[in-house]
Amino acid sequence: MEKIYLDHAATTPMRPEVLDAMLPYLKDRFGNPSSIHSFGREARKALDEARDKIAAIIGAGPDEIIFTSGGTEADNSAIKGIALARRDKGNHIITSSIEHHAVLDSCKALEKQGFKVTYLPVDQYGLVRPEDVRSAITDETILISIMHANNEVGTIEPIAEIARVAREKGVYFHTDAVQTVGQIPVNVEDLGVDMLSLSAHKFYGPKGVGALYVRKGVRALPFMHGGGQERGRRAGTENVPGIVGMAYALELAVKEMDENIKKVSGLRDALIRGVTERIDHVRVNGHPVKRLPGNASFCFEFVEGESILLNLDMKGIAGSSGSACTSGSLEPSHVLLAMGLPHEIAHGSLRLTLGRDNTMEQVRYVLDVLPEIISKLRSMSPFGRTAQ
Amino acid sequence: MGSALRDSKDDMAGTGVNMDRVVVAMSGGVDSSIAAALLKERGYDVIGVTMQVWPRSSPGGTTPVPERSCCSLAAVEDARRVASRLDIPYYVLNMEEDFSREVIDYFCNEYIAGRTPNPCIVCNTRIKFGLLLDKARALGASYIATGHYARICYDPSTRRHLLKKARDRHKDQTYVLYNLTQDQLASTLMPLGEFTKDETRALAAKLGLRIADKPDSQEICFIPDNDYRRFLAERVPHSVNPGPILDLRGNVLGEHKGIAFYTIGQRKGLGISAREPLYVVALDRERNAVIVGTESEVYSQGLIAGSVNWIAIEELVGAREARAKIRYYTEPAHAVISPLKPGYVEVGFAEPQRAVTPGQACVFYDGDVVLGGGIIEASLR
Repeated sequence: MEKIYLDHAATTPMRPEVLDAMLPYLKDRFGNPSSIHSFGREARKALDEARDKIAAIIGAGPDEIIFTSGGTEADNSAIKGIALARRDKGNHIITSSIEHHAVLDSCKALEKQGFKVTYLPVDQYGLVRPEDVRSAITDETILISIMHANNEVGTIEPIAEIARVAREKGVYFHTDAVQTVGQIPVNVEDLGVDMLSLSAHKFYGPKGVGALYVRKGVRALPFMHGGGQERGRRAGTENVPGIVGMAYALELAVKEMDENIKKVSGLRDALIRGVTERIDHVRVNGHPVKRLPGNASFCFEFVEGESILLNLDMKGIAGSSGSACTSGSLEPSHVLLAMGLPHEIAHGSLRLTLGRDNTMEQVRYVLDVLPEIISKLRSMSPFGRTAQ
Repeated sequence: MGSALRDSKDDMAGTGVNMDRVVVAMSGGVDSSIAAALLKERGYDVIGVTMQVWPRSSPGGTTPVPERSCCSLAAVEDARRVASRLDIPYYVLNMEEDFSREVIDYFCNEYIAGRTPNPCIVCNTRIKFGLLLDKARALGASYIATGHYARICYDPSTRRHLLKKARDRHKDQTYVLYNLTQDQLASTLMPLGEFTKDETRALAAKLGLRIADKPDSQEICFIPDNDYRRFLAERVPHSVNPGPILDLRGNVLGEHKGIAFYTIGQRKGLGISAREPLYVVALDRERNAVIVGTESEVYSQGLIAGSVNWIAIEELVGAREARAKIRYYTEPAHAVISPLKPGYVEVGFAEPQRAVTPGQACVFYDGDVVLGGGIIEASLR
């Protein structure tokens, strides 16, 4: 059975060229970048080059990039680092109700330490309204964190507008750009953000490596201690092979970006069109236009997303429903609920996220298989029978 | 791996190919793991699932997760490892809401009503052989399977699916399965019915499953410390509702903390002194009273059972002899069972039985065969 991978928002396959670029640093060039000898210098050089590349691509300076173990660490460092560094200035944080749990749970952890957090609502498309951000800001507000694009429904947020509000009010602004870096153009100057999180494995790079952009002059307290790496902002020997792989993967992603957006959004549109034509009682989640090229998110009435997913899995098709937690268990999506979908409909969600290796034949196969699965499940559901 | 199974159970390890799809409810424990291994060996298309019925942690992550509970992360990881070793697909299904409504609410309400519930029976009826069976069918499965020690077979003469005691009498679990319908029995496989627990453990060890030495699971999966009183008081604060402790003649002997915290036959924790030992003999919701009596007053001549489900027979048409089992750890006793109004049965014991407890199940046997059972509504003195 052919396997079709449609879960690129969860992770992407690493490109073979990226592996080739990493291999020397897993073998002969194993040095510690902090060492003064030739092995160390060789590793340091690779690290500096990677830092330069990534910084240039997102419009930052090299000293504004902190390497981390991934998007979750970048989000945690940004939010907790700012909160703790600016505690004497205020105790209020603004975020949205559709953030990734790396942001939401960091905020919840801070609430337990006495911080106040405003979770902004979103509209039916999952958009945060900049005017809501403006009216939520108080004298106590020290940080705003709004994601660049949502991982479940693919909606791209008006980050530049929100950043203008934040800057006007003198509040630091962080964006979780894990879903956008490498997929669509991301430039910290154009966006006007003070901090930005990114993760390599979302753009065909290795897992376990990411970065946090921190604008020069923004002080965040480090939460890893134990060495002077990353200018004292993140202790721990750098993951040199991972960082080299991340830089190269990003370089390739940006080089092929236009072509890739065209291809992937074409597949996405065919998928969305095919599903809505062939299946009744289906909603497309997210914004019709302001959405990630690869994201197709649906809610099928009268069925559970879980059952759809498992049936697709048995046909070799890998999708996702709600957000996958560490156990692989399925929860009703906090994003869809925040967008105002009723609980029972949010339960019928299916996210298919396309990538550079997908083909139109694969989309056609999904369009063959999915209507059968949905109608079989509906025929078994007490609600479904009335719908048919 | 296959040879390990074949050596020990030649008669069971069919080598023929069987493409029926079966969903195995896996808890991460020895029994359900071996059930999955046996079915895979017999050629079924096996899918493993774990029902997550209890919140793993609250957002922000402060609620401690019971480590030994069957849906702790550790248990899920164990089940996932076993599934991966067996090379079968494995999913975690979230059933928290249904479990909370159907099982935990029932459990609390029964105690508040002065009855002693058996949550496993309700979980089996509503969740495991109810919701999970629905979900299994949605996955295209013909069967679900569990690691229960019980046997299911088809009797062509009566055209009924029968539930029979396990070969290992000490592990027999038919008591918590009496409420299965014919449809549920027809769609269920219990491959451990022919095995003893020792054989199961030996198989697990042969297969190199790490879980071979895991202790048996505790009595109530959502109360890992087994302190149901603490659980009730926390979840339903109004269950703490003091009232009088009375003797059978209505004399006040003391005060109780709330009838929910007492069970029939209980002696300890009454906080009253008397010439002879006193036991709880009844819980009176109307008067919010705990009724106590002497040892002899804890015994009953019979009982009334309601919500009766029949397995081996379609309906009880007249009085007949049977063995009646009134709690999980009590041997079935000689009795005569007679039909009352639909759904109700009167049970008369040959010998008086101790601590007949409303809310518990009374299961009727004819030898190894489960005739049916019901919930004890009242004891007859």
